Amino acid sequence: MSDLLELAEKVVARALPGEGLEAYAASGVETEIRVYEGDVESLSSASSAGIGVRIVTEGSEGFQVGFAWAGSLEPAAIDRALFEARANAAFSTPDPSVGLAEPDGVTPATISLRADSIESTSTDAKIALAKELDLRTRTGDPRIRQVDSADYADHVVETAIASTTGVRGLSERSSAYVSVSAIAGGADDTQTGSGYCVGRGPDDLSIEEAAQQAIERSVRMLGAVKAPSARLTAVFDPRVTSTLLSVIGQALSGEAVVKGRSFFEGRLGEMVAHPSVTLVDDPTVPEAFTAATFDGEGLACRRNVLIEGGSLRGFVYDTAAARRAGVQPTGSAMRGGYAGRPVAGCRALLLTPGSLSPDEILASVGEGLYVQSVTGVHSGVSPVSGDFSVGVDGLMIRDGQLAEPVREVTVASTLQAMLLAVAAIGSDLTYLPGVAAGMTVAISEMQLSGS
Amino acid sequence: MTEELLAPDVIDRVLAEAVSRGGQMAEIFCEDRTSRSALLDDGRVEELSSGQERGAGIRVIVGETTGFAHTADLSEAGLLEAARVAASVASDGGGTTTIVGLEPKRSYGARASVLHDEVPTADKLALLRQADEAARSASGSISQVQVSYGEGRRRILVASTEGTYASDDQVRSRFNVVAVALGDAGLQTGHESHARTEGFEMFDAIDVEELAKTAAGRAVAKLLARPAPSGEVPVVLAGGSGGVLFHEACGHGLEADHIVKDSSVYAGQLGELVASPLVTLVDDGTVAGEWGAYAVDDEGRPAQRNVLIENGVLTEYMWDWLRARKEGRSSSGNGRRETYQHLPMVRMTNTFLLAGDADPDEIVAQTPHGVYVAKLGGGQVNTATGDFVFGTNEAYLIEAGKITEPLRDANLIGNGPEVLRRIDAIADDFAMMPGTCGKDGQSVPVGCGQPTLRISGVTFGGTAA
Repeated sequence: MSDLLELAEKVVARALPGEGLEAYAASGVETEIRVYEGDVESLSSASSAGIGVRIVTEGSEGFQVGFAWAGSLEPAAIDRALFEARANAAFSTPDPSVGLAEPDGVTPATISLRADSIESTSTDAKIALAKELDLRTRTGDPRIRQVDSADYADHVVETAIASTTGVRGLSERSSAYVSVSAIAGGADDTQTGSGYCVGRGPDDLSIEEAAQQAIERSVRMLGAVKAPSARLTAVFDPRVTSTLLSVIGQALSGEAVVKGRSFFEGRLGEMVAHPSVTLVDDPTVPEAFTAATFDGEGLACRRNVLIEGGSLRGFVYDTAAARRAGVQPTGSAMRGGYAGRPVAGCRALLLTPGSLSPDEILASVGEGLYVQSVTGVHSGVSPVSGDFSVGVDGLMIRDGQLAEPVREVTVASTLQAMLLAVAAIGSDLTYLPGVAAGMTVAISEMQLSGS
Repeated sequence: MTEELLAPDVIDRVLAEAVSRGGQMAEIFCEDRTSRSALLDDGRVEELSSGQERGAGIRVIVGETTGFAHTADLSEAGLLEAARVAASVASDGGGTTTIVGLEPKRSYGARASVLHDEVPTADKLALLRQADEAARSASGSISQVQVSYGEGRRRILVASTEGTYASDDQVRSRFNVVAVALGDAGLQTGHESHARTEGFEMFDAIDVEELAKTAAGRAVAKLLARPAPSGEVPVVLAGGSGGVLFHEACGHGLEADHIVKDSSVYAGQLGELVASPLVTLVDDGTVAGEWGAYAVDDEGRPAQRNVLIENGVLTEYMWDWLRARKEGRSSSGNGRRETYQHLPMVRMTNTFLLAGDADPDEIVAQTPHGVYVAKLGGGQVNTATGDFVFGTNEAYLIEAGKITEPLRDANLIGNGPEVLRRIDAIADDFAMMPGTCGKDGQSVPVGCGQPTLRISGVTFGGTAA
């Protein structure tokens, strides 16, 4: 058995009579390399480990839960976390809904999320990848002025979870990525573009692809000007679609719904989106960057249908939100590492792809705005009200093709209106970092604000 | 708490090991963090959380390359191992670096009159309940309330082969209310928060019920809001609504890491007029109690007050040790890192615009048509192009010089240098606001401040044509 799972079980064995106890332990190693102008700017390598403990006690009016974490697996740190979690539990409001996850018989997916190539690749070889990315981007087009940074990073993390309710889970995941930020143009016309590639290990990474993305995305923005305000169809780049879906995912959290903080509340069974929209959360798809076998409470991750043919079918739940809503947990507890408590959330959103290629979507749209990247998502998009307003870099679409670049404009609508106004979904499914895969998507009736 | 994080003789041996293979500089950054938070949601104290973390990050500079390793093992053996890993970027063997003896330690105690550990947990939870009740009783439209309390203590120690030897003890408190209102047109949210680099005494100076009512009022006002305008309009930003405008419009662009890489629109602009002559912008880590304040930065350098823009002229950038060394100058005390697991970089502290002499009410009265932003949300900037966005959390139309109807939330977009030149009125009021600044994956607490001001034109990203 894994040392980490054994450690988690030993912590669970320290539960007092009548006490529920859950231990979530994580241990990881990481390497981060940054290259600038052909040289290594920084090289970081480190390992870290920690544990999060939840303790649940039962009183006459319900259950009380307390949480504590430690950035260490040393016995003294674990002792203190147990002490603090127990002390904290006494102060929470008794609640019949809170509690630890109960094993529900769902079998975890047998998928491998770990690449051996992270260990078998030397640090020098990883440095070479970042240097190649820097060089290819800098020299790939004469209009590239400089490369701000070219990064390689990888991460291997093992997590173990055990509880007094019989939950046992162990998983190992690895990830590797390269990313590059390019600056094109001269002093009077500067444009930027980023490129990246993600995978389980260095073997999965295409340096060429990342370099080309950064070059294309910065160079095609040269000469960008502010466009006049207009109501038009916006075509979202796969990265932008992924960002949009991740905010919609927040509104599909069962916790947000049961607490009245989602515009989807009370709308189950209604047509909330265009009939072409089918959205699932499926962490069992191994290609998804955020794929996982266990959720943050140790239940098996599974496929959950959220919107089917435009109709709202369900939400994602952790144990507490599910009990509050009177439904079963969906294996959707998310956790921001050992220092985070579990909360309901979407982990690997997947919009069912359509049949059109990106070029065919542009042709079908005719006139509109191609949105290459967005800014201000955290300040201008609300998963509660649905209000949507973001800054945009992009290109006008004229006669069904990409035309002149535009910058310093916003596009706005509401998430509710945008879901119903989906005009086309591309066939170009792309797995991206973050909790949603992306593809080209066209949405009509967006307001562009500019000059 | 006077316990030393590391003994001086251990520091000496670890630094010697770190430069033994040929590095020009080595530094050890040691941190001990504890935090506690409590969340009241849906009327219940949902969960109290406590955390503790302790470790050290070691960096070794070899030429233009930084080697970095961190460890949670603060034993001498653990630190020596981290030193060897960090030093692995140097391969020529044979250390030639002169290790300067450690300076007399500059040690700063906790600047808190009431440490959190001295306060019963029940007193902290009472604040949550008071705020919850106040928000709910503010209006029948309030349908949900979330209140969070947070406290943290961060003790750091920095020592380097250049003689730096300093420690700091940073105590922080925060309180945040998010109210949701339900109306015929759906849900709206309102936020209000308060955060200071001080102990529990923060709550002597604020009324959490008022804070909660403010958050609730914002949510309720937006229930009747009309769609925000689309296109360029004059905008009046209320004092303290968020110096986030300056944080994004020029603050990030004045960080020296962007300057030395020529990836900022403000590179090469020292001595140039980059803003309206009304603008004097300061970054000041020494403002006692402010959310972005500290005694020494995460490179052991004392915080200082830096005037960045004076009467519209760019006077200075912000520097950390590494970028200052490249330019043969000294750091401005802006080297920060989120935790011991991160490399330091140039960060803002408390960034604010100095007050002018106009009357805030007069500024509104002299604006025939525009938007009044009472509260800003967050923002984001592309430092290379200068384009930035910032969101509204409470905004109203200005019609015939009067504040009238509420508007739904939207982002505004502008270009830093252009917007700074369009500031045509600055009032004599002033307020600060706490925020969390994210850069390159690291989050640090920062303060933002400004008086009421007007921008003659900026693009509002609403849906109303």
